[in-house]
Amino acid sequence: MAGKELKPAQIPQRKPSIFRSIYDSQIWQSIFRHGWMDNDRNRALAIITNVVLHLHPVRIRKSGVMLSYTWCMGGLSFFFFLLETVTGVLLMFYYRPTAEYAYVDIVALREHVPLGIFREMHRWGAHAMVIIVWLHMFRVFLTGSYKPPREFNWNIGVILLVFTLLLSFTGYLLPWDQLAIWAVTVGTNMARATPLLGHEGPGAMFLKVGDISLVHAGDDVRFGLLAGRFVGEATLLRFYVLHCVAFPLLAAFLMAVHFWRIRKDGGISGPM
Amino acid sequence: MAFKVFTSGQQPAIPVEGVTRRNFVNWLGLGWLTFTAAMGACVTAMGRFMMPNVLFEPPMSFKAGLPEEYTIGVVDTRWKARYGVWLVRDESGFYVLSTVCTHLGCTPNWLSADSKFKCPCHGSGFYITGVNFEGPAPRPLERHKISLAEDGQILVDKSKVFQQEKGQWADPEAYLNYVG
Repeated sequence: MAGKELKPAQIPQRKPSIFRSIYDSQIWQSIFRHGWMDNDRNRALAIITNVVLHLHPVRIRKSGVMLSYTWCMGGLSFFFFLLETVTGVLLMFYYRPTAEYAYVDIVALREHVPLGIFREMHRWGAHAMVIIVWLHMFRVFLTGSYKPPREFNWNIGVILLVFTLLLSFTGYLLPWDQLAIWAVTVGTNMARATPLLGHEGPGAMFLKVGDISLVHAGDDVRFGLLAGRFVGEATLLRFYVLHCVAFPLLAAFLMAVHFWRIRKDGGISGPM
Repeated sequence: MAFKVFTSGQQPAIPVEGVTRRNFVNWLGLGWLTFTAAMGACVTAMGRFMMPNVLFEPPMSFKAGLPEEYTIGVVDTRWKARYGVWLVRDESGFYVLSTVCTHLGCTPNWLSADSKFKCPCHGSGFYITGVNFEGPAPRPLERHKISLAEDGQILVDKSKVFQQEKGQWADPEAYLNYVG
């Protein structure tokens, strides 16, 4: 529709130039499918036909750009997620999740890999992300931004908080030093007390056939998390896959929903 | 508060709350410049990160033991797996052959019964000297630098390559004279 309006023929005639010939080329015209931006329609098309630019909202509340109102905590949470993704992918080029190599590779990143500071950035960025996600939640609470119609997005946010903590927890095991192993041993011991699904949890004792317990140390939810009865090499690989693939993908999907709902629920925080 | 919409002919010449258009554009330019510089530094750092400082590969040169440990007329395969070379002793000395087939880079096998190197990928065959005689290989196997170390051991240096078709096998470093 309205194809004529988009054609380069509509551009005001100017002197032929290198920019003009680039603009007229099929390559440019195939990427940017809007006409010369001298009217509102083409200016709008420039935004909504561009996958990057269309992420920007059409309009912004004054409160949305006030640092004292948002603390930029949501944006910083996302920034740290991106930082963790980029540095994390870099670390995957050197780190091997096996009992033989994991710790050696972490030491190598510190000692002789060029710019192994990416590992420190990943670690400190993770700490910062956990703190900032909590502060984001605190800010949303203070500004009352959990109230209708935003209550669904609050719940998405709570799940994202859980994923942040799970990413932090699974990443904690990967250096494979004594601190990591025993911290995760202690942390996963909590899963023993899961109702029904943990062998020391409430209700589990009633799940039995005759004298045989259905939920025991060899088949409960902790066993599934550790891939064994204690933290071992199978746990390392399991946490590595959860940390690098499963949790980031799930978190990224939920973030897409989270951001989309911000727009649909009336824009970045502010009175409705 | 109300916002006034300006069309192209009516640019606001009056500063809005102390910020002029020129001022704004200058700061915007500085901001983008700083951002671009920071991104450039990040990309450079990532590129450097991908080039390791320490390699866990076998060294390019190694000592291959004393000459007396080798038998005349036998292709020695003891260094094949780790260093990718064959050591061959003939009546007058030693030479080192690379185990990389000159066709597409597979690793041939020494068939002592047929007295030839035979590549399992596409059937290239080489004499004990390394010269190709059958199959698709276009040129002989490459040789490496060989010498005697101060302690009397054979010293092989893979960083130096000698190619027969360039006449480099005549180089004194490509052959170790030794009559034991």
